[in-house]
Amino acid sequence: MGPSGQDQTSSAAPAPSVLRRVLDSDLTHSFLRSKVTVAAATGTLLFVLAAILAPMIAPHDPFDLAGLSIMDARIPPVWMEYGEPRFLLGTDDQGRDLLSGILYGLRISLIVGICSVFAAAAIGISLGLVAGYAGGKIDALIMRIADVQLTFPAILIALLIDGAVRGIFGNLDREIFSFWILICSLALSFWVQYARTVRSSTLVEKNKEYVQAARVIGIPSVIIMIRHILPNVLGPVFVIATINLALAIVTEATLSFLGVGMPSTQPSLGTLISIGNDFLYSGEWWIAIFPGVALAVLVLNVNLLGDWLRDALNPKLR
Amino acid sequence: MLGFALRRFVQAVIVMLAVALIAFSMFRFVGDPVNQMVGMETSIEAREALRERLGLNDPLPLQFTRFVTNAAQFDFGTSYQFRQPVADLFAKRIPATLELSFTSALFALLAGIPMGIYAGLNRESWLSKLFLSVSLIGISLPTFFIGILLIFLFSVTLQWLPSFGRGDVVEIGSWWTTGFLTVSGLKALILPSITLGLYQMTLIMRLIRAEMLEVIRTDYIKFARARGLSNRAIYLRHALKNTLIPVITITGLQLGSIIAFATITETVFQWPGMGLLFLQAVQNVDIPVMAAYLILTAFLFVSINFIVDILYFLIDPRLRVKQA
Amino acid sequence: MSVLSINNLTVRFPGRKSTFTAVEDVSLTLEAGKILGVVGESGAGKSTVGNAVIGLLQEPGRITAGEIRLDGDRIDQMPEASLRKLRGKRIGMIFQDPLTSLDPLQTIEAQLVETIRVHLPLSPAQARERALELLKAVGIPGAEDRLSQYPHQFSGGMRQRVVIALALCAEPELIIADEPTTALDVSIQAQILDLLRKLCRERNVAMMVITHDMGVIAELTDQVAVMYRGKLVELGPTAQVLGHPSHAYTKSLISAVPRPDIKVERFPSVSYIEEETPPSSAIDLSTHWLGKTRSHEPVTGPLLSLSDLSMRFETRSSVFPSRRRYFDAVKSVSFDIREGETFGLVGESGSGKSTIARLITGLYHPTGGSIRFAGQDLTALKERKQILAMRRQMQMIFQDPFSSLNARMRVSAIVAEPIRLHRLASSNAEVAQIVADLLDHVGLGAAAGDKFPHEFSGGQRQRISIARALATRPRFLVCDEPTSALDVSIQAQILNLLKDLQQELGLTMLFISHDLAVIRQMCDRVAVMRNGELCELADCEGLFTSPGHAYTRQLLTLMPSMELLAASQQG
Repeated sequence: MGPSGQDQTSSAAPAPSVLRRVLDSDLTHSFLRSKVTVAAATGTLLFVLAAILAPMIAPHDPFDLAGLSIMDARIPPVWMEYGEPRFLLGTDDQGRDLLSGILYGLRISLIVGICSVFAAAAIGISLGLVAGYAGGKIDALIMRIADVQLTFPAILIALLIDGAVRGIFGNLDREIFSFWILICSLALSFWVQYARTVRSSTLVEKNKEYVQAARVIGIPSVIIMIRHILPNVLGPVFVIATINLALAIVTEATLSFLGVGMPSTQPSLGTLISIGNDFLYSGEWWIAIFPGVALAVLVLNVNLLGDWLRDALNPKLR
Repeated sequence: MLGFALRRFVQAVIVMLAVALIAFSMFRFVGDPVNQMVGMETSIEAREALRERLGLNDPLPLQFTRFVTNAAQFDFGTSYQFRQPVADLFAKRIPATLELSFTSALFALLAGIPMGIYAGLNRESWLSKLFLSVSLIGISLPTFFIGILLIFLFSVTLQWLPSFGRGDVVEIGSWWTTGFLTVSGLKALILPSITLGLYQMTLIMRLIRAEMLEVIRTDYIKFARARGLSNRAIYLRHALKNTLIPVITITGLQLGSIIAFATITETVFQWPGMGLLFLQAVQNVDIPVMAAYLILTAFLFVSINFIVDILYFLIDPRLRVKQA
Repeated sequence: MSVLSINNLTVRFPGRKSTFTAVEDVSLTLEAGKILGVVGESGAGKSTVGNAVIGLLQEPGRITAGEIRLDGDRIDQMPEASLRKLRGKRIGMIFQDPLTSLDPLQTIEAQLVETIRVHLPLSPAQARERALELLKAVGIPGAEDRLSQYPHQFSGGMRQRVVIALALCAEPELIIADEPTTALDVSIQAQILDLLRKLCRERNVAMMVITHDMGVIAELTDQVAVMYRGKLVELGPTAQVLGHPSHAYTKSLISAVPRPDIKVERFPSVSYIEEETPPSSAIDLSTHWLGKTRSHEPVTGPLLSLSDLSMRFETRSSVFPSRRRYFDAVKSVSFDIREGETFGLVGESGSGKSTIARLITGLYHPTGGSIRFAGQDLTALKERKQILAMRRQMQMIFQDPFSSLNARMRVSAIVAEPIRLHRLASSNAEVAQIVADLLDHVGLGAAAGDKFPHEFSGGQRQRISIARALATRPRFLVCDEPTSALDVSIQAQILNLLKDLQQELGLTMLFISHDLAVIRQMCDRVAVMRNGELCELADCEGLFTSPGHAYTRQLLTLMPSMELLAASQQG
């Protein structure tokens, strides 16, 4: 039986406070033990802070057209020949400060990423719960749709949705709508994984005796799903959400790079790289590389967090 | 076996029909096909005549049936932007995409599988940790950025390899062009295939490692140890084969998605494949091309999945008996 | 010389907060041809002893003191490479679950031949010959044909025979069997025990059997070692230890084993292993909320009446009706349960007894027949209000204490949920008071409500389940194997609690168990089930003294003989 049999806690001891339990939990411990994870968390936090505070910490306002001068275009980073201290990381073809552009781009990339993750999770969790708990025809229908969609990578679905939306609404104002189109297409591309995971955990939980006990008591199905099953299937959802945040940011950047994401008037990191790509051959590498590095480091940090979370929440690896 | 294959085949056909329905709805309801095909000055009568000729006034089920019949014969109509038959446009570009995808898949499998097995078995060695760190970076770098970095390093800075196009191609028959037979063609393949294959390689490697670690924890591996088998026998004979089952499924899906991911790589390297064509179609709302691309890629995915299912069946005796 | 001798063995698991000592200062010896039983409850460290001998301690476990000798050679400090040569060759191992012990993707032949050839210098053909002999020796009929089959083509009992054959491949001098029959039905269990005994005698192998089951010990072993919390508390010949236990723990343990031979009013309270139960401030049931449980409208006739109840599951669905496959879990079963009695339902796994429990409580909808409760036909009820009113009157206690409570809810919320749902209290304050009283009444103490289920042991969780079931003030309680996942001493406490509650509250109970001894202690009338059919329905005492049906007689003979235990329980 090994050491697992020692969970007998005397019932007379007072219950420890919530804070105490969080600090003392295995999760916290495994977090603090992994230096890489702590670094990744700090890094992610810094990126988020930089994004939130962009208007305050950015040296220039890249949207202030009056402040731009074509004379400042394509200035290299400060440590290179012809670099200027006004523009730490140099400027792009329109004379926008790259550092400021990256800070604002980060903001857009993160907002799109986070919103689409929430939207995808909301769709996926509710469909997964219903499919798993109700079973039968509803389950078959939802899962067949998921199966068909899973055959296609998210990026392809997002491209198709983007194309279809533009076909339906014609050339509506991209500056306003591309943000929403992006979030919708990302959410509709990523819901499947949540739905499948939640469904399979729901199938397991549904047959556990605590759910049967709830049914014997007479609790209605909707409440059983929300109050009893949902909290017990959320663990893997957090893991997927973290990993998918990284994936959503990458996909958004890719779409913007391909020219169907954020427009150049509201550049995300992907848009910036796309702009810079045209100048790669003429030696102005910084316009593409710096936003690219920022994107890669952000995604790496989030991925590291997701990796750790997956291992820490996997009971088999304890 | 036959019954199993038949059932899977029927499922594949249903998936294809579902995809065809989506493609059809896009074609029929996203914008008005007639408006896309004619100029501004065309009269209402001429439009109506075209509408009648295209059969757009027929009942929808009939239109759908016609759409499916045509698609099965590779007839996807006329591209809005190029005013050419969609089938011709694709015929010219399919070889480029398939050659690129094949090379990348080969690279991903040949590098990913051994690395995954090694990292799963030697969990603590520095080399596995290196593999794992590199794979994390590989997953975190967006495909297009990897392409840009490779171009910047090997084309712009070192000037070793070309940064765009397929190089010189040789025609085989009347419908296939290959880059495998010329030096410049092979050189042109290197950067795009690494760009495209790197992500799949890291995924395959991580997957095999994770599955290996799971299998090693099972009771039958513990019992195999208690029987006194050598580590080698335990890992190669028992663990690896059990690892393969989930790996094959997911690897199949991954290889299928290579064809779709090729869109990005083709854009970065200006590779004249069908991904590039598709992207132009999305930007210009060229619905017939989009619909055709959707059906073609779906067909490739479904075929790969079908093969994977059959493989699965051959490996797992539990399935074989249940069906018999 | 002893085949196995363990001297002062201590095994520790260093943890984050503290080091856990799983085995402390254990010494024992085992001779060739003898069977030693290591018995104890969960957490006693008995499996750890077996794993230490074969050198497969779970990480991060370490042998921190003592020595293990096999035929005089010290093996606890051997390097991994030499240990590997020992495993399978000189020490064979049998695990609990035959379903997961074999590689699902290799044939039986491949696994046997592989093991034989690792240890013996035989050609593939000779190894195959030997594999065949082994399969015959462990009693697998048609061994020639079955060699080429895969594990999933064997039943549980047959798989365990294959596992035993694998352990015998190289004629080891020592076999360690860790709970070899726990996952099996009683009739299969008896056959496997016979086989193990026979192999041990014929091949002169020393065998160490690790088990929690006193019945297995009494049936199989020559010597027994009793372990408690990592320590060896008693060691001696089986007859002596079971008949005249000297240590207080052994005495309590034996007295907690339900007696198959005679019905006793209550299980003797076992002081040594009593879980900490805070003193209950007894509530006065005549005035308390819970006391109103008795105030249901009286019924004329039986409280529950099943007639021609059937349940059929579809095991393979198909568009074509002719290709569909069905499994009849319950076939046309009828019986009545009278108000106030405890009705027992006994049978092996797959007999349909749990399905009946789920049909009665509404978790499944029957495919045929009817269930009448207090005169109402439950299967005909349509309105949610009526269904809810019926649900309130019958509650269920489940088998697995680890999955029957929602891990994300506090205990007080778990118990309060039914009270709120059925609006059985008028204010939050009243609900809180009732929950506290209920928890207190089942022996947990009112403070337990603030905690989460994982902070409790199996027995304590089962008490929470009981409190939750009482929270609707039911008149009918379905207990589906309520103690089969519990240690025997805890089982005695839970069964006593159920008996007390039944008397206080005038409950009617349907008590389901595979354990005939438990049934005898708990029930007034008993129904025996096999393959979904009712074999026999009789008065409990009558069933044990003069069984009518052949299957009942067979089940009774399979009960481990407890004569040894009985002697000590009387003395």
